[in-house]
Amino acid sequence: MSATSSTIVNLPDQRTATIPKKNYITAEHGLLSWVLTGDHKRIAMLYLISITFFFFIGGAFAGLIRLELLTPQPDLVASDTYNKLFSMHGIVMVFLFLVPSVPATLGNFLIPIMIGAKDLAFPKINLLSWYLYLVGGVLTLGALVMGGVDTGWTFTTPLSTHYLNTHVITAGLAIFVAGFSSIFTGLNFIVTIHRMRAPGMTWFRMPLFVWANYAASILMVLGTPVLAITLVLVVLERTIHIGVFDPQLGGDPLLFQHLFWFYSHPAVYIMILPGMGVMSEVISTFSRKRVFGYTAVAFSSVAIAVFGFFVWEHHMFIMGVSNYSALVFSLLTMLVAVPSAIKVFNWAFTLQKGSITFETPMLYAFAFIGLFTIGGLTGVFLASLGLDIHLTETYFIVAHFHYVMVGGMLMAFLGGVHFWWPKMTGRMYPESISKLSAIVSFIGFNLTFMPQFILGYLGMPRRYHAYPAEYQVLNVLSTAGATVLGVGFLMPLIYLAWSLKYGAIAGNNPWQATGLEWQIQSPPLTENFIETPIMDHEAYDYEWLAHKTEQEVTTVG
Amino acid sequence: MHISPVLWQFLVKWLTNSALFPREASTIAPYADALYFFLLLITIVGLVLVGTLVFGFAIRYRKERNPVATQVEGSTLLEATWTIIPLALFLIVFVWGALLYFRIYNPPTNAMNIYVVGKQWMWKSEHPGGQHEINNLHVPMGVPIQLTMISQDVFHSFSVPDFRVKREVIPGRYSTVWFEATTPGTYHIFCTQYCGTKHSGMIGEVTVLSPEDYKKWTEASTSGMSLAQNGERLFASMGCNACHSGNAAARGPNLAGVYGSKLRLANGGEVLVNEAYLRDAILNPSQHVTAGYAPIMPTYQGQISEEGLIDLVEYLKSLKTNYRVQQTLTTSESNQAAPMTPEVVKP
Repeated sequence: MSATSSTIVNLPDQRTATIPKKNYITAEHGLLSWVLTGDHKRIAMLYLISITFFFFIGGAFAGLIRLELLTPQPDLVASDTYNKLFSMHGIVMVFLFLVPSVPATLGNFLIPIMIGAKDLAFPKINLLSWYLYLVGGVLTLGALVMGGVDTGWTFTTPLSTHYLNTHVITAGLAIFVAGFSSIFTGLNFIVTIHRMRAPGMTWFRMPLFVWANYAASILMVLGTPVLAITLVLVVLERTIHIGVFDPQLGGDPLLFQHLFWFYSHPAVYIMILPGMGVMSEVISTFSRKRVFGYTAVAFSSVAIAVFGFFVWEHHMFIMGVSNYSALVFSLLTMLVAVPSAIKVFNWAFTLQKGSITFETPMLYAFAFIGLFTIGGLTGVFLASLGLDIHLTETYFIVAHFHYVMVGGMLMAFLGGVHFWWPKMTGRMYPESISKLSAIVSFIGFNLTFMPQFILGYLGMPRRYHAYPAEYQVLNVLSTAGATVLGVGFLMPLIYLAWSLKYGAIAGNNPWQATGLEWQIQSPPLTENFIETPIMDHEAYDYEWLAHKTEQEVTTVG
Repeated sequence: MHISPVLWQFLVKWLTNSALFPREASTIAPYADALYFFLLLITIVGLVLVGTLVFGFAIRYRKERNPVATQVEGSTLLEATWTIIPLALFLIVFVWGALLYFRIYNPPTNAMNIYVVGKQWMWKSEHPGGQHEINNLHVPMGVPIQLTMISQDVFHSFSVPDFRVKREVIPGRYSTVWFEATTPGTYHIFCTQYCGTKHSGMIGEVTVLSPEDYKKWTEASTSGMSLAQNGERLFASMGCNACHSGNAAARGPNLAGVYGSKLRLANGGEVLVNEAYLRDAILNPSQHVTAGYAPIMPTYQGQISEEGLIDLVEYLKSLKTNYRVQQTLTTSESNQAAPMTPEVVKP
């Protein structure tokens, strides 16, 4: 390979290369061997298939929403149907896609390998968490088939407990059960990371992906139970009319908001932190450089997790909370923005003096940095008390969280899937078309959500089935963008499936990356490592890798 | 190739009628917009900075130009820089935003009060002079207006984007917002909190009138009875005056002049009597027993509508003497022959 080539991809000779005969995919055969497996890699693949399914269901709802909003009149679907569409879009995307996306698929697959373990600490609980996820998913689909739910994903009381006649209980139970799935995943990660690191794998030698998932796991374990309790209370209030939230029964309507956001704000960090972990891996690999300020990036994940628990009231600034408590929560929200800024600058400076190549995962990483910067900075608009009054509950907030969740997390997820695809399947994805899909998604995304910032400042409320005619032009732009975005998301589905059979054989380490996962065969053996690895170097040590490669060449070749 | 003139005209009309920036129609709007533009500036500078770094490095250090990476540990100085500068900027935004928040949520003392009741799916406004409107709110220009709002069912949110104000309208609790309109015209009212089927139909208009036009409007649309007069009727018809007669021997406390005073409660606490307290004391009297009185008042939960409560509250606010209360009482009791036994005066 010449030093001036513009790629680092290093594939084995395709004429002689084969996928290793023994690997986790071929270890056992038959459907049962998959659905009863304890192997974290197989469970990760089960998760990948399930969340992809739900992603496209949620995406279909989004498509219908945008189609309805093409015209100001409520003409495509009835109001109740529209309300169900955005409710189901939110519920499916948040609880069945974003929360499990990176942790349950990439995290499940990679965390044990990255720290040199044979599996997660509790393989059976890991499998149980997938089944709980499925139960949650089936209940959600059940609620959908029976007629849907129109509470919004936020289940605001007393609307959800007293005034709606849809399948609130089924949907609530679905999220309750799916919540336990993420509690178990989080618990498994925490125990595994604490107890099962390979010799020499100290905390500060762990890849930043592991740090990010560790921080997210803490949030899952501590936050999700509060959501579970809240949903139980909603169900009880609906069925036996205990007066917790409904003021007519003597309840406090703001209490629900406090409890719900006590989970649902940290949930935002559950969704974004693992994506940040993916970014650290990808950016380091494609700039051949260790992550700038490793410790700062690691601790900023933890800082986000800690501060993330104390900012929930910023969802309630206009709800008549005490002005002084609003001050405190606004200040804390400003503080939680700082670690995110640190991360962005650290990633940018990781590029400095690197040797950068532009494979697909790196394109997704660039998209992530840009979109996350916009998403993060528009969050400051909303954290600022006085401006939040005008912006909250409008399309500004819709655009803001889509920039973070889709522009951030989904781009990170897609980047991560492309990055580890050769490891998970043993085959490369097709490079040119995947670059095209990354660019199409980026353009489509901005076209969809940039107009929504303007709409939000104009005052267009979210969750509106019909809107004043003067907002139409921007809505048409947004819908056009959503179409492009849809194409950008469908393309990977097709070419990744194609690559399972026709992709180039990847070999152990196509990116020449430093992580332990790249030092073993692709796809890995069921037990990951033939002998327990010993970690004798820092994470992202490219000199160690060069040295190791050199030795292999002299001893083997 | 040319565009059909019909299509062309349609496009021109469509584009010129479309909005890109909301009107500034209240005294608050310029303050909100100033902060908005400051934040927009920070965002653009931040984005340009990050973009320059990423693209600059990506071009300068791409593999063709820089085949071998130089490993760098990090730099405490640089990291301190990008911790402290964003922090400082965010703190400025925090202080600025907090000042704006207090400006929007602390009404001036001379504000004119209008009640707004939200329900699925309409806005009802009640003017002190007894004018009632649905999905409409007429206000005079150049006068601070305070809205005291409550929901009859679920959460709603009262938003007037052109004024840059918004406040959640909550069941069972008064919330307030104020504004001073600067330009006559009509402006959107939106319900911004999802409230069920016809959420997007819960819209209305604020009509800002010049003071003269407003005067004409109030005179033309009054129902003849002010809120306080309605309240006085309710006070008598619901029998409130039987106990709250203002006599020293009465079973209920004297309510004349109670609004705005500090009241000692039977549980030892002290409260400031405002609208919220009056409303709550009517609905949950057992929790608000005035010191020296027995907890005998029944609850009126479910017996008075929110509009009725507003009438009562307005009446109590205006009640300065019990003269009329006692007159009403004597008229209704004049037929009873038996004289009342004087009760022992409580300490």
